[in-house]
Amino acid sequence: MVTNNFNWKIGGEAGYGILSAGAMFSRAMLRLGLYVFDYSEYPSLIRGGHNTYEVSISDQKVYSQRRPINLLIALNQETIDLHRGELSNDAVVIYNSNLAKVDESTWPSSAVLLGMPLEDMAVQAGSEKVARNVVALGASFALLNAPFEYLRDVIELNFKLKNKEENIIKSNITAAHLGYDYVTKNFKKDFLYDIKPQKNPGRMIMAGNTAIVLGAIQAGCKFLSAYPMTPASSILHVMAAKSKEYNLVVKHVEDEISAINAAIGASYTGVRAMTATSGGGFALMTEAWGMAAMVEVPLVAVEAMRTGPSSGMPTWGGQEDLKFVLSASHGEFPRFVIAPGDVEQCYELIQHAFNLADKYQTPVMFITNKYLASTHKWVEEQDLKKVPVDRGQIVNEQDLVSIKFKRYEDTPSGVSPRSLPGMKGGEHIANSDEHNELGFSEEGAEERTRMMDKRFRKEEAARKEIPDPVVEGDKNADITLISWGSTRGPILEAMKELKKQGKKVNFLQIIYISPFPVQKVKEVFKKAKKIAVVENNKTGQLAGWMREQTGLSPDYKILKYDGRPFFVSELIETIKGLK
Amino acid sequence: MLTQQDYTSTYKPTWCPGCGNFGIHPATKKALAELNLPPHRVAMTFGIGCSSNGANFFKLYAFHSIHGRSLPVAVGIKLSNHDLTVIADAGDGDAYGEGVSHFVHTARGNIDITYLVHDNRLYSLTKGQMSPTSMKGMKTMSTPFGSLNEPFNPLAAAIINGATFVAQGFSGDINHLSGLIKQAIMHKGFALINILQVCTTFNKVNTFQWYKERIYKLEDAGHDAANYGKALAAAIKNHDKIPIGVLYQTSRPSYHQQLDQLREKPLVKQSAEEIDVNKSFDSYR
Repeated sequence: MVTNNFNWKIGGEAGYGILSAGAMFSRAMLRLGLYVFDYSEYPSLIRGGHNTYEVSISDQKVYSQRRPINLLIALNQETIDLHRGELSNDAVVIYNSNLAKVDESTWPSSAVLLGMPLEDMAVQAGSEKVARNVVALGASFALLNAPFEYLRDVIELNFKLKNKEENIIKSNITAAHLGYDYVTKNFKKDFLYDIKPQKNPGRMIMAGNTAIVLGAIQAGCKFLSAYPMTPASSILHVMAAKSKEYNLVVKHVEDEISAINAAIGASYTGVRAMTATSGGGFALMTEAWGMAAMVEVPLVAVEAMRTGPSSGMPTWGGQEDLKFVLSASHGEFPRFVIAPGDVEQCYELIQHAFNLADKYQTPVMFITNKYLASTHKWVEEQDLKKVPVDRGQIVNEQDLVSIKFKRYEDTPSGVSPRSLPGMKGGEHIANSDEHNELGFSEEGAEERTRMMDKRFRKEEAARKEIPDPVVEGDKNADITLISWGSTRGPILEAMKELKKQGKKVNFLQIIYISPFPVQKVKEVFKKAKKIAVVENNKTGQLAGWMREQTGLSPDYKILKYDGRPFFVSELIETIKGLK
Repeated sequence: MLTQQDYTSTYKPTWCPGCGNFGIHPATKKALAELNLPPHRVAMTFGIGCSSNGANFFKLYAFHSIHGRSLPVAVGIKLSNHDLTVIADAGDGDAYGEGVSHFVHTARGNIDITYLVHDNRLYSLTKGQMSPTSMKGMKTMSTPFGSLNEPFNPLAAAIINGATFVAQGFSGDINHLSGLIKQAIMHKGFALINILQVCTTFNKVNTFQWYKERIYKLEDAGHDAANYGKALAAAIKNHDKIPIGVLYQTSRPSYHQQLDQLREKPLVKQSAEEIDVNKSFDSYR
C-alpha cells in the first residue's frame, strides 16, 4: 500500500466544472494535512474543448506536478483517449459510463477501469448532470479510503463562495455521497493508494497570482489599473475582490495603454501603483514603460507570459518574453527585471519590487508565466516573508521652504529627491522629454549626456544591493543547472529524484535578471564542472543574456517550447542523457 | 491674492507669434488665480504637441506625458489624490486621434477632470498634417489632394458618452474662455472644453477671421445647457455657425465619489503601515 503519495487527474469538456472539481479535491487533500501541487490545462474557450486538472499529493514537500497518474477521472471519452499513456500500471480509471464506452476486453493497459453512470447518479441526487464532477470526487475519496467529511466541507465551501442556495449545496453533497457509496459497494479490487489523515498544520494553497496580490497589498500597493489578459487576469480579479477590505483603487480600464499610464499617474501622486498583463498587453504598454523611466516615476508591472508570438496559445505558458522585457520601449534606460520562481517568491519579491521602484524611481518588471500564475502550491505561513517598506527619497514638505528644489538633481547615486503633488514648493515638470535638473525640456549635448549618466548610475547603485543568487543542492555537482522563473519547481523535484539515483546536480536560480549578478555567475561558472541552462523557450534567452553580461556560455541548453511546463520525468531523462 | 504670474515658470514660450496658445494659457492661469487655487494644489497633465510643450511654461505640478495619454495619467492622479485639481491638456491629435479611446471612457466614468483640448484642426508640431477635426477636403501635408474624412465631433461624442460638462471656447476670446475653464474646474465630474484655436503657421483655412465670422455665444442665443436634446443639437450643428459656451451640464456622481474606499480621505493619504495581509490567509486554508 502506498500511503499519502499519489497523482490524481480529472478531465472533461470545458463547462464540465473541471477546474472547480480539481480545486475542491486539492483543498480537501491539503486539509488532510498533505502537501499539494496542482496544474491545469485548458484551451481558450468557455464551452467545448478539453480541460484537465491534475493534483500531486505527498507527505513530503512537492514542487511540481508529477506523473504517472494513479487515479484518472474521465468525465468523457476524450479524457481516456488522450491520457491513457500517462497512467501507472496500478492506476484506476473512473470513467463516466453515460458518455464514454471502453471495451475492457481490448483495454491494453493494466490500469483498472471502473465505469460509473456519473450523470445518472448526479440526477438521482437531485442535482443536474453537471454534478457528475462531484460524484467523481466522492468516488475518488472512497477509492482512497479518505474520510468523506473533508470532501463534504470543501464542497460546502465551494458552493457557498459562489453564493449558491442551500438546496444546491445539499444536492451536491448527496451526489458526492452517492459516488462514495457506489465505489464502496461495487469496487472489489485493490487500489494500491490510500490516504491517512495527518495533522493539518494550517497550510495554505495558493496560486502565484494570488501571492503577488497579497504581497503587493502587504507592500502598501494601493492602486492597480489593468485590462484582462490570460494568465494575468486573476491579479485583477483577486485585487478587485479585496479592494474594499484593504481600501484599494482597482480599475479595469479601457486598454493596456490606459492601464500603464493611469498607474504612472497614480504613482506620481505618491501612491504605490501596479499594473498587470501578459506579453501582448505589455507590447501595448512599452511606450509608457520608457516614459516611467524618463520621468523617473516608480512603477511595478507584472508580465505573466503566455505562448507567443502574437495571440499564440493564450492559455498555455512559456518563457519567451525575457529579451522582450529587457529591451522593451525605445531608447536606453536602466532595466530592473525580477523573475520569481515559486509562490513564496511571488509574495516576497513583489515587496522588493516596490522597494526597488521607490528607491530608484524606476519601472520594475516582475515577470512570471502561466505556470507560476495559475498553478496552486502548498504554502506555509512562515514562508511568506514580510519585507520592510522603503519609500526612497521623498522630500519633507517643510524642507522645501529652505531649498531650491530640483526634481532631477544630479546626485552621486543618480537618485534625485522627489516631491509629491500637493507639496508647496515642490512644483516641477515630470517631463518625458529630455530635461534639465529642474525638469524643463532640454536638448543641449552636455545636459543630455549628464542626465543619461545620472539615470544609469541608478543601475550601478542597485546592482550593489541586489542579493546574489544562491546555488542549491550538491556542492560538488557534476551538473549545474541555471534557470529562471517557474522552471524552479520541476527542477527541484527532478533534483530530489536524481539524488536518489546518485546523480550529483545543483541549481542556480537567477532571480534578479537585471541588474544581472555578473560576479556571482562568473564564480559559479568557474566552479561548475558542466553547466546546463533550462528554459521554456526556443532560443535560450537567459543563456543569451548571461553571455551578454558575462561573456560566458553554458555547455548545454535544455529547452522546451510546446506551451507545456517541464515534466519532472523528462527533465530527469534529459539531465541523465547529458554527455 | 494669486495672479497669473504665480502659475508661470521661468521657461520662455516657444510658440509661433500669433499662436492660439498665447490666448489659452492666460485664460487657464486667470481661471486658476480667480479660483484661488494655489499652484501646488493643481496637477496638470500634457500629451505631445505644440500645446503640450506648454507644460514647460506652467509653474504647478505639470506632467508632460506622451502622445495621446494626458488623460489616463490624469485619471491615475485624480483617483489617487482627489483633493488635487486635475487638468488634462491635449491637442486635437492627442485627444481625438491617438487618445480617443481614453476620451470616451473617461467621459463614461465621469472622472472629475477638466479636459482642455487645443483644437487647431491640424497637427502642427509635426508641420501640418490632417487631424481628426480637419474639415473634409482640407489639403494638408498628409492629404495633398484633400482629406476624405468627415471631421470628428468631440462635443457630440462627449455628450453621448456621458460627459457631464461639455463646452466650446475660442482662443481669441480670453475672458470668455477663462470663464468656461473656471466653470469646468468647479464642475464635479468630467468636463470637456474643446478650444477652437488658430494655427497661424500651418492652418490657412480656419483663421482668426474665419472663426470670427462663424462663432456665436450660446448664452446670447438663450441656449438651455440642462437640456440634453438641445445640447446635442447644438453640438451637431457645429459647422457654418459655431457655438461657444456651455453646451451641456448635468450632475452625476463622479467616479471617486462612488468609491467607498475614498469616502474618508484620498488614497494617497491612507496609511500603508498598518496593513497586515495575514488576515486574508484563512481563505486559502
